[in-house]
Amino acid sequence: MKRKRNFSEISLLTITLALFAVMYLGGILFYGFRISTFLNLFNDNAYLIVATTGIFFVLLTGGIDISIGSVVAFTCVFSAWLLEKGVPSGVVIPLVLLIGLAFGSLQGFLIVRFDLQPFIVTLAGLFFMRALCSIISKAAIAIKNPFYLKVALAKIRFTLGRQHPKIYFYALFAIAVVLATAFVLKFTKFGRTVYAVGGSEQSASLMGLPARGTRVMVYGISGFCASLGGVVYSLYTLAGYSLQNIGMELDAISSAVIGGTLLTGGVGSIFGAAIGVLIQGLIQTVVTYQNLNTWWTKVTVAALLCLFIIIQRAMSVNGEQARKKRLIRVA
Amino acid sequence: MNSGILLDMKDICKEYPGVQALDHVPFQLKAGEIHALLGENGAGKSTLIKVLTGAESLTSGSVFLDGKSVKVRNPLQAQHAGISTVYQEVNLCPNLSVAENIHIGREPRTAWGFIDWKTMEQRSKDLLRSFDLDIDVTRALDNYSVAVQQMVAIARSCDISARILILDEPTSSLTDSEVEKLFSVMNRLRGEGMGIIFVTHFLDQVYQICDRITVLRNGRYVCTEKTGDLDRVSLVGRMIGKDYSELAGGLTERGESPDRESLMDVAGLYKSGTISPLNLTIRKGEILGFGGLLGSGRSEAARLIFGADRADGGEMTLDGEAVQFKTPLEGIRAGLAFCPEERKVEGIVGDLSVRDNIMLALQAKQGITRPLDPEEVNRMTDKFIDLLQIKTPDAERAVKNLSGGNQQKVILARWLATDPRILILDEPTRGIDVGTKAEIQKIMIGLAGEGMSVIFISSEIDEMMRCCERMVILKDRSVVCELAGDSLTESRVMRSIAGGGA
Repeated sequence: MKRKRNFSEISLLTITLALFAVMYLGGILFYGFRISTFLNLFNDNAYLIVATTGIFFVLLTGGIDISIGSVVAFTCVFSAWLLEKGVPSGVVIPLVLLIGLAFGSLQGFLIVRFDLQPFIVTLAGLFFMRALCSIISKAAIAIKNPFYLKVALAKIRFTLGRQHPKIYFYALFAIAVVLATAFVLKFTKFGRTVYAVGGSEQSASLMGLPARGTRVMVYGISGFCASLGGVVYSLYTLAGYSLQNIGMELDAISSAVIGGTLLTGGVGSIFGAAIGVLIQGLIQTVVTYQNLNTWWTKVTVAALLCLFIIIQRAMSVNGEQARKKRLIRVA
Repeated sequence: MNSGILLDMKDICKEYPGVQALDHVPFQLKAGEIHALLGENGAGKSTLIKVLTGAESLTSGSVFLDGKSVKVRNPLQAQHAGISTVYQEVNLCPNLSVAENIHIGREPRTAWGFIDWKTMEQRSKDLLRSFDLDIDVTRALDNYSVAVQQMVAIARSCDISARILILDEPTSSLTDSEVEKLFSVMNRLRGEGMGIIFVTHFLDQVYQICDRITVLRNGRYVCTEKTGDLDRVSLVGRMIGKDYSELAGGLTERGESPDRESLMDVAGLYKSGTISPLNLTIRKGEILGFGGLLGSGRSEAARLIFGADRADGGEMTLDGEAVQFKTPLEGIRAGLAFCPEERKVEGIVGDLSVRDNIMLALQAKQGITRPLDPEEVNRMTDKFIDLLQIKTPDAERAVKNLSGGNQQKVILARWLATDPRILILDEPTRGIDVGTKAEIQKIMIGLAGEGMSVIFISSEIDEMMRCCERMVILKDRSVVCELAGDSLTESRVMRSIAGGGA
């Protein structure tokens, strides 16, 4: 009765990992990548890893959230503005996180309660948050809050021979978010329900799982992680600007896909999604080393995305053929 | 225990807008019995099950479980009350592991409150072993055959201590040995005192395993009998609304069928898992009936001939020339037309006007790049509205606003507009009023008189007898016999449909 696994998170994750390893080895051979290059992938992309983690929950249920780039930007601009006004960081950070959570949950509520297309609802969210940024301030606002400065510069420095690679605290924080997510998804009832809803929402509710509530919650998590990513980004840049992070949601989605997440829901690994972010960072690094126009990053990412979608498709077609064979055997 | 009655449904009524789906239907299930629920299309089987499982609310009536009145509002409540359903389309999550599918929603937890995967997998393994199923429970459900998936669903139901198990056509896609395995599990559960409601199209299986049979027809209760007290022919009679004893004597008068030229020959046409090789001839100007119960393969045979489904093998000749239809369009171009059974799903485009709906097939036949002449279109639309007496204020009216019978006529007009040589009508009279029914039958006979060949499929034996010159009887997805002339009598048809004693 046993059959070969049709397509699985594991095989897709393996491909992602292999790709990363090959690219990184190439980097070492041709460009002399050091340990610091590797750590900088985390330092430079921490905010994106955090935001991708949030949208990953939504993608697992088969939904989509394109508002997160705007939420990140809003978080940066709003916190920079508040800090400039002298509001203490102990108030600003919880406040922006709460706004992200509430905003995401509201989007989720609208999508589920009124059975709306997630794309349209979060598109409205995208416009709304981006507009708020400009209303608050059209010009960039620098962050000079001492707490922010302190956290932004906090790092661990290693000594390896003559190399002194460093990793910032916020990058470690991003790694912690990924680990926590992996744990929640694997070991909690909520996490498994997310996968179940992505597999078949109808079945999930017939099995008595709170499918609708879970769907609202994943949008809440996505909003929360976006604002968390925003906090990380304001630590990274120490500024807020209304036109920052345009199209970032698409980077997050493509990272997840390169990491083996199926946009139809139910299949994906958070580690894959995080590695997806690193792969994009790696491409960026190579492009910089080569002194190429930065748009070559997008060209490469586009090619990779196509490749991954085709691989996924091929795998699920294999699955369908296996199912058909089953039926023929039945006849 | 009050005489072991587990479930007692009384006077169940369910109304949909304009339709009485269930009309004061009673149903009783005893503990430790397998109870077959039978009926043709639209009999109300699935509605009754939906009401019982809380997927639909009932309009009136009452449900008693163990003598206590219960109101089931959703599937979760049904589960808590001990009612579990396993559908033909397995309602589990294909992406999750077998173990999770059995346990999700009530996973074993560790002391910290997190999911204890080890225990969950061990328990699942033990549970499935008790069903004679030794599989890797950590793999995604998707990797296993439908039979295994159903067994997992049943195991899940048993594990949440269901007392009533509803099996909705579970055997439709299983092999014989898988069916045997399912039956041995059902036998075991019956022994443990579970009440099982078994919905199926296969009469052989009913006689093999069921204790009692309840028959529904057109939303009404017909009878509940012990399996041993009801022979096959009377069972079929109850299902299609004909009493065999009334017919056994008198033969229907029927003239010799005239000699006709053959138009289309079908030799060995088959599709794995759908229908066994078909051999039949369609003659010019005749009405050929495809008889058989729902699920016998009558619609599948028609779809295959038309090209709506792709055949795996076999040959067809039309006018002596070999033909092969891979798509409906090829069928249409060769002069075939097909009015499908589910007109809402497969036929009508509700938002388009009567005229556009009629012109759809003709446009497809012409190719979408060649526009139809608007004047010609208007002339033809008016002609068909007149010819078929489609009751519509004008040709611009959206089809969804018409009655069922008139919608059916629009589809008929659509195909007639392509001037077909072979017209296939699958249940053209289902769910429409008696007057329109008679009209459609008349139109059909008229068309045949003009030389068109018609393949007619219906659940109602009466109208088949009235219209058809020849009938091909299907059972369990293959042709069992062909009846014509003197041998085409209601009793012969019924015996052939029932099988096992013809």
